[in-house]
Formats: sequence, C-alpha cells, structure tokens
Amino acid sequence: MRRVVVTGLGTINPLGNTVDTSWNSLINSKSGISKITQFDVENYPCKIAGSIDNSKINEEIVSQREQRKIDRFITLGLIAASEAISDSGFVSDNDNSSRSGVMVGSGIGGLDTIYKNSSILDDQGIKKISPFFIPSSLINLLSGHISIKYNLRGPNSSPVTACATGTHAIGDSFTIIKNDKADLMVCGGAEAAICPLGISGFSAARALCSTFNNQPEKSSRPWDKDRSGFVMGEGAGILVLEEFEHAKKRNANIYGEIKGYGMSGDAFHITKPSDDGNGGYRAMKMALKESQLNSDQIEYVNAHGTSTQVGDIIELSAVEKLFGSKKNLFMSSNKSAIGHLLGAAGAVEAVFSLKSIQTKTLPPTLNLDNPDTNSKINLIPHESISVSVRNIISNSFGFGGTNASLVIGI
Amino acid sequence: MSDIEERVKKIVVEHLGVEEAKIKSDSKFIDDLGADSLDTVELVMAFEEEFGCEIPDDAAEKIVTLKDAVTYLSANSN
Repeated sequence: MRRVVVTGLGTINPLGNTVDTSWNSLINSKSGISKITQFDVENYPCKIAGSIDNSKINEEIVSQREQRKIDRFITLGLIAASEAISDSGFVSDNDNSSRSGVMVGSGIGGLDTIYKNSSILDDQGIKKISPFFIPSSLINLLSGHISIKYNLRGPNSSPVTACATGTHAIGDSFTIIKNDKADLMVCGGAEAAICPLGISGFSAARALCSTFNNQPEKSSRPWDKDRSGFVMGEGAGILVLEEFEHAKKRNANIYGEIKGYGMSGDAFHITKPSDDGNGGYRAMKMALKESQLNSDQIEYVNAHGTSTQVGDIIELSAVEKLFGSKKNLFMSSNKSAIGHLLGAAGAVEAVFSLKSIQTKTLPPTLNLDNPDTNSKINLIPHESISVSVRNIISNSFGFGGTNASLVIGI
Repeated sequence: MSDIEERVKKIVVEHLGVEEAKIKSDSKFIDDLGADSLDTVELVMAFEEEFGCEIPDDAAEKIVTLKDAVTYLSANSN
C-alpha cells in the first residue's frame, strides 16, 4: 500500500507570514484579530477580523504588478505555496513533473474582484471590464498559477466546499497519491474575503461575531459561554504531500503522515450543522477507519471550533461519542487566535497540527474563560501545553452540510 | 521624443513592468517585452483612457509595437 507523507509546509495568516513566525505567535497565546481598517465598517454589525497587513506580503514572491492581475486569495496562496515548495526541497523536472500535481481550493475565491468589476460594469460600462477579471477571480486559477510557476503537470483541481475546502483538498490529494495517480501533490486552501461584500454577506446570515467590536482579541472564543459567532480571517495554508518512498529517495524531511481521510454530508440545512452532529461523527469515523488506528490512539483533536453557539457544542459531542470524554484527550481551536479562514482554515490547521507533532506542543484555545460544557476533554484554555502526541484528528465542517476529517500522525 | 511617445512609453512601463531603457520604438509587446495576449488588451484599454479615444478591435489587433501605438494615437486621439 502506498503511504503518504508531508514534506513541505507553508502559510500566511493573521499571526504571521511564515510557518515559524505564526506558529510561535500561536503557542504564545497571541491573537491575530483586530479592527477592520481596509474599508469603512461604520454601518457594519461586525467591525473586526483577522487581517493580513499588506506590508507582510513579500513582493519578491508576488510582485505588485502580478498582484494587480490576480485576486488577493491567489496572492496569498502563491506566498504560502512558495514557502511550502521551497521547504520540501522538491524541484520538478521533465521526468517527475507529470506525476506532480496541485489541488488548492478556496471557499469563495475572488469575491472582492467580482464586486469591484460589477461596480465598474454598472458605473462605466463594458469597455472598462479588465481582461484579467475572470482569470483573477476563478477559484481553480490558484491551482493553475501554482502549476505554471513550478511546472507541475500532474492532476490539477480545486475543491470548493466552503469552510471544509482546505481539509478536502488535503484529503483528496492524499487519495490521489495513495491510488497511484501522482507521487506528489501541492495542496491546501486560500481565502481573502475580508471585503465589503464578504463581511456584509456573512453578517446577513447572522454568522459573524458582533459583540466584541471594541475588544477584537477577545472575540473568537470557542466553547466559551460568551461566544457569539465566528470572526473572519484571511490567509492560506499549503502542504506538500508525497508518496513515502518518493520522499525517502530524495532524502526529504518528513513532518508526518496523512493516515486517514473521512468525509460526509449532513443532508440537513444550508448553514446549520445537523443537531446530533452525526455528519461530523461519520467523517471522523471514516478517517479513523482508514488510518487503522483505535480511537484510543488519537490524542489531540484540532477542532473546527468556530466560536458559534451551536457548532462548537455539536462538534464536542460528536468527538465525545467517538473518542469518549476523558482528561487525556486534548482538543483546541486555532480559530480562537487566527479567526476562521473559511476555505483556508483546514489547510492552515493541518499545518499547525504537523507543527504540534514536531514541536511536542499543543496550541491553546484563547478566551475560554467560562466553558459552556462539562466535558472532561482538555480544551487547552488560554495557554499551550507541552505534550508529545503521535496521532491527531483535524476537523472541518462547511455550509451546505459538508464535513471532512484527517488523521495526521507520525 | 514626442509627447505622445512619452505617454505611451509610461503606460507600457507601468503595465508590463519593464525598464524604460529596454523599450525601443520597434519593440514588440508580446515577443520583446514579455506581454501576454491579455496584457495587450489591457494596454489598449489604458491607451484609450489616457488619450480619450476608442480603439476598435481591428485597429487594436494591428498595434503590436510602441511605434504602432504612437502612430495610431497621433492620428486618432483627441
């Protein structure tokens, strides 16, 4: 059986523009949430987000001129891909490039570009629509750009499953390599929806937190009694997955292994998770089965944990149903620090899961002052914990009732 | 250098990210200056904006060098 390992990591997110800078901020309990200053939010119910300052975008990787022709989600994806591919040490050549693919998705893609061009069409007419409008906003163009830049001619696609996108991208890439359709996949997710249409749309769906506008760093608080909705973040997470022997042959550094992948549908509601958490439960169970591990061997859950009223508790009960409620099971939400990166969330959280294994440190759940649960599971409030774990499960759930889970281990 | 040529050159520098010194009057946007077909569409839009004129598609197709653009705009701009 072909095994799939991780040989490269890259991210840009509200806590930093590399894996190490953002990981160090994460385990030191820093928050990446701040007031939105990119546009006027005076009349918006939610005025906070996990934004990335433009000065953090390395123009040596994506120049100003290139940025003009691509939506921000593609820029962020290219930054993270550059770090991950360089970290992996992989260089494509004529022999290996058709066995090396790309699967990077996004939840909504070029929303702000679509918004701006729509306004131009209304105000100035068809002659002013940029020829780059469509290729800068299509979701799969990020996978396209990565393939062109690094000459990766294998499978090329992009999942679009809202907030589960990043996890599906990694899981689908794992399956592609396992099934011998590629030896290497650059995979993950990117999102840049902190724009007028993005914030107003999610606000209208009553999904965003609007009760901590004056204390942004307190706003994202999974499982806490005062949680009131998710806080949007932007960024990208990219992993290089590789068949084990392929990685060994070129002496690549191996962070860990993707051991199992599960997915399911709720068939319940367009935005709410099903009441009994059955969809998330089945996704985790499927991933665990493929990993051939027992439920006792999973030591940490990198939760979806978005800081919404219903979602947090439903996920917790699904985890308890599968793994039991016990003190030696750890579970935390990276979203408490970086916000919810939508289609990039699962990918950035997979990067952090691999760092958790590598550095023997589990990141905290910030702002968990008063847990809204009696669960015995250790939700790692406030401060990170030093503990060595071998196997992790990472969850992502999305609008439309889509669920995905990965078992990641060493 | 004429005023029109200078303005055209400025647009080409901005849009294609090439050094001004490298742009010669017979440099081809695609073959010599690294533009792709979508860049040339955007260049023509920028010329229209700068010179307040409309360049029909059949004329735009014939603008492949800096000199072509200067010649067309000298004859057709307001």
